[in-house]
Amino acid sequence: MSTLIIAEHDNAALKPATLNAIAAALQIGAPVHVLVAGSGCAAAGQSAAAVAGVAKVLVADAPHYGAQLAENLAALVQQQVRADASCTHVLAAATAQGKNVLPRVAALLDSSQISDVTAVESADTFRRPFYAGNAIARVQSGDRIKVLSIRTTAFDPVAARGGSAVVETVPAGPDLGLTELAGREVVALERPELTAASIIVSGGRGLGSADKFHAVLEPLADKLGAALGASRAAVDAGYAPNDYQVGQTGKIVAPQLYVAVGISGAIQHLAGMKDSKVIVAINKDAEAPIFQVADYGLVGDLFTTVPELVSSL
Amino acid sequence: MKILVAVKRVLDYNIKARVKADGSGVDLANQKLSMNPFDEIACEEAVRLKEAGVATEVIAVSCGVAGCQETLRSAMAIGADRGVLVETDAVLEPLAVAKLMQHVAVKEGVRVAIFGKQAIDDDAGQAGQMFGALMGWAQATFASSVKIEGDAAIISREIDGGLETLRMKLPVVITTDLRLNEPRFITLPNIMKAKKKPLEVIKASDLGLDLAPRTTVLRVEEPAGRQAGIRVADVAELVKRLKEEAKVI
Repeated sequence: MSTLIIAEHDNAALKPATLNAIAAALQIGAPVHVLVAGSGCAAAGQSAAAVAGVAKVLVADAPHYGAQLAENLAALVQQQVRADASCTHVLAAATAQGKNVLPRVAALLDSSQISDVTAVESADTFRRPFYAGNAIARVQSGDRIKVLSIRTTAFDPVAARGGSAVVETVPAGPDLGLTELAGREVVALERPELTAASIIVSGGRGLGSADKFHAVLEPLADKLGAALGASRAAVDAGYAPNDYQVGQTGKIVAPQLYVAVGISGAIQHLAGMKDSKVIVAINKDAEAPIFQVADYGLVGDLFTTVPELVSSL
Repeated sequence: MKILVAVKRVLDYNIKARVKADGSGVDLANQKLSMNPFDEIACEEAVRLKEAGVATEVIAVSCGVAGCQETLRSAMAIGADRGVLVETDAVLEPLAVAKLMQHVAVKEGVRVAIFGKQAIDDDAGQAGQMFGALMGWAQATFASSVKIEGDAAIISREIDGGLETLRMKLPVVITTDLRLNEPRFITLPNIMKAKKKPLEVIKASDLGLDLAPRTTVLRVEEPAGRQAGIRVADVAELVKRLKEEAKVI
């Protein structure tokens, strides 16, 4: 048995989500191999080798992995799995990148995929939420190669240092030439990344406009060193960018503190944040469903309470 | 150029799923079932491509029980030209759905397939990418804008922290994100028109494909509930409790 992890990285270093996926892999109990596919990605390979618990790092370095596009990456993973008869599990973090690539890998291996694994019960039995987290399934996989995407918030990351894995270079797979990256607009964040933040300030329709969303929430996020998030309603209304969305179909977060401001608490939103350690809700509607999951609820006008909160921190 | 749109019938978006007392699954008896919201977006996008003169025909395809015909009628009311139901009473995992969609796509000779990025019942998020793998097609998941000119597609997609733009050659599979478009309101005349559009039924069992589930659901449980906490009187009490009780700031 062995577990292959598809690393997420920027060619220089691993993305933190991979550390959560490795934590899940270690619970399976088989040796953990990490595949780093990139272009000029030797440094990312070294950073993977330093992660506690990793047995082996496989580096595939070729220009056609530079953009980490799904078609070429999935073909490479298929090639790796075929080359290693011991491989029984293929894992990736359930990030935008993992969600893009992993089902393609599963189909190439003729395996089913178990998405958003939140617990490893044994080498073939896992737990996962579905129906926006309103139901949890215990599922047993009968596939020879088990393909799992890992919900990062359910597994504490392993230490990024302390390991000394073997680094092997593996041959690149074919360049299928199906897709070309024309451009990426990644917003340079002045704040912590949403899924990695320990505090999140999140806003809803109650903010009323994009200007107020930023004017009211940014000082609070600055004071707390928090990431900014939003409900779907706020994103749909154009108050916040798409990638701020927390919920069933957006980002799943579980920070130490989640401050929901002007968010009513639709079940789809709760699905994305109800595993937060402490939830604070500020809303003028005392009947809002968000209060049913909040540890601390403050009924009041957010336009006066939030500035007051900022000045008392 | 023909477009395939994959549509799934799911528990309506506004209904909270309830786990059956015996732990065998989620109770769907007498519940309202509707088209998966991401699939509505997929239909809308395909119909817009037809209206723009890019596509010649939009074929909505669903896999499942006879009742999925209703969902196909909704797709046709949005503007799909016809429907195909691959009928089976068996449980279908996304891999099986991808194989059935592959069968229809090959038979129909489609060049573009549009799927929802995930179904709101199983939350798996797999079928589109799996279809792409089986067809050997380029894939653009979580699309927020789609442009097709001749044999090329330019697609913006949502990634962690922003957007990326892909340039791809047809054939392609696209999965829709929330902000790709806003599906049109379905009017009564269009519902009437949809009833007259062709709907073909294929038996999944006649296709000789391996559709058996690979996973066994051992048990379905309610999630651990979260207790409602307390109401604080004012900001001062909130700050005090966050500092002294919760110790998170």
